[in-house]
Amino acid sequence: MGIFATSPKARAAALVAPPLIYSLLLLAFPLVAIVVISFWTQSGLNLDRTFTTANYREIFSGPIYIWGNANRWGVLPLSIFVSATVTLITVALAYPIAYFVSFVVAPERKSLWLFLITIPFWTSYLIRVFLWKVILGYNGVVNTGLIELGIIQEPLNVLLYNLNSVIITLAHAYAVFAILPIYVALEKIDRSLLEASQDLGENRFTTFLRVTLPLSVPGIVGAVLIVFIPTIGDYVTPELMLGSGGRLMSNVIQTQFLQLNNWPLGAALSIITMLAVGIVSLLFILLNRRWLRGRA
Amino acid sequence: MRRAWGLRTYAIIYLVFLYAPILLLPLFAFNDAAIIAFPLTGFSTRWFEQLWTTQALHQALRNSLFIASITAILATLLGTCAARAGTMPSFPGKRGALGFVMLPLVLPEIVIAVALLIVVRQVLDLNLSNWTVIAAHTVICIPFSIAILNGAFQNLDPSFEEAAMDLGETRWGAFRLVTLPLVLPGIISSLLICFIISLDDFVIAQFLTGSNPTMPVYIYGLTRFVDALPLIMALGTILVTISITLLIIAEYFRRRGVARAGFKDTGGFL
Repeated sequence: MGIFATSPKARAAALVAPPLIYSLLLLAFPLVAIVVISFWTQSGLNLDRTFTTANYREIFSGPIYIWGNANRWGVLPLSIFVSATVTLITVALAYPIAYFVSFVVAPERKSLWLFLITIPFWTSYLIRVFLWKVILGYNGVVNTGLIELGIIQEPLNVLLYNLNSVIITLAHAYAVFAILPIYVALEKIDRSLLEASQDLGENRFTTFLRVTLPLSVPGIVGAVLIVFIPTIGDYVTPELMLGSGGRLMSNVIQTQFLQLNNWPLGAALSIITMLAVGIVSLLFILLNRRWLRGRA
Repeated sequence: MRRAWGLRTYAIIYLVFLYAPILLLPLFAFNDAAIIAFPLTGFSTRWFEQLWTTQALHQALRNSLFIASITAILATLLGTCAARAGTMPSFPGKRGALGFVMLPLVLPEIVIAVALLIVVRQVLDLNLSNWTVIAAHTVICIPFSIAILNGAFQNLDPSFEEAAMDLGETRWGAFRLVTLPLVLPGIISSLLICFIISLDDFVIAQFLTGSNPTMPVYIYGLTRFVDALPLIMALGTILVTISITLLIIAEYFRRRGVARAGFKDTGGFL
């Protein structure tokens, strides 16, 4: 115990060790395993352990996953498009709320507002997705409501079983993830900068555009990443909201593992998905480098 | 302040959007009709009575409660170590180590589930059970635990513990008698949040659950049967009530922790 009595660094290292070892065993090691297995192939019920890039060739050569054909997009580009749209809508809707809580709400009521915003996020995700199905369905709340009001005669078909419903549901599910990072960035802004800007002749709107918005970019970048990345991996919402027709990347992976029992192909698809998400995220960070650097 | 009525209106509409699903839940749960649609037909508690007599559901609930309890304790223990280390002097690689532990926050959940499934079935050749779900849930809960506890530990004045040691306490005694009571609210709120995350998780549970499904996996199975819809509504009402109660308790402890450490409340769990 000698070194722990004399060196606080050694004590810190001893404390980091348990969570780190746990993560190495249950996160790093599995991630290595997924890479290894993606270079094997499934032959019947067993795995063929000879190294091959067959799974990747299948993904890149066929029309299903990447390239698509004249009638439909490849699953990966479609998934990225859906996630990007969800992210754009979620962040755009969330920004005014974060702005409202940070700049308009009185300081002593801020944590109450944040609490109100976070409550729906902590309630059963599955049930929430399911309720959107009830709300948007053919006999759902929106349709029956609109018919009662006499606005439409026939129920609308466009609400459920298409990408709109996926986007609405995901925008609802990930709202909190978008609001909190933006709120934190807005809270950090020195309020005297806003006064200075108005003293120098900007009006409230141009002050927002030229001072507040640029300073909140780190929060926006954080919000975009924290919504974009998990939405790609979400298969519950597409499964329930698209019906049997459309499939996104996460559904394809889930099917390979739990139904078709082709784990190597599923592993390769997971890796391609992770890489695609990583590349899109990095590109996004690079594009916003200018705004992020100023804060560092 | 008065002039922000536009933003205020928007905020209220946004809250309605956020709460719409939860507010509809009890309406349909207590509705007499087997079809989920308006107009409502009359008050009934028969769906709750049906839940009360469904044995498979009770088994799923027991599994979920078991998994969530063990996960909460494991993740909070490991999270406490990491959060405490975060406030201590740095050593080479500390930032990297702590960053790696936070990685599940930016990994799609399905990737974690799939990777662990491969290790459990192909590498270790173990059977899936409640413990495989616990192991995976702990991985995704640790970052949340650290995020909550970081607040508690960083607000702490290190001189308190030093003073206790100068007065003759051992290092462990000083931690137990001085630091632990001060961060206890954070620990309780971390336990509750990890419990809720585990209780609610579906993706990982579906991949790693054994022959006994957890609650969300059981609910997901029910969604294929049209006549089970009111049951899901009733079950959802109970789950939402439990979650909100736990959250209010967690928020109470978090605020007390902030107040005890003598810092301004900046709000929020994340």
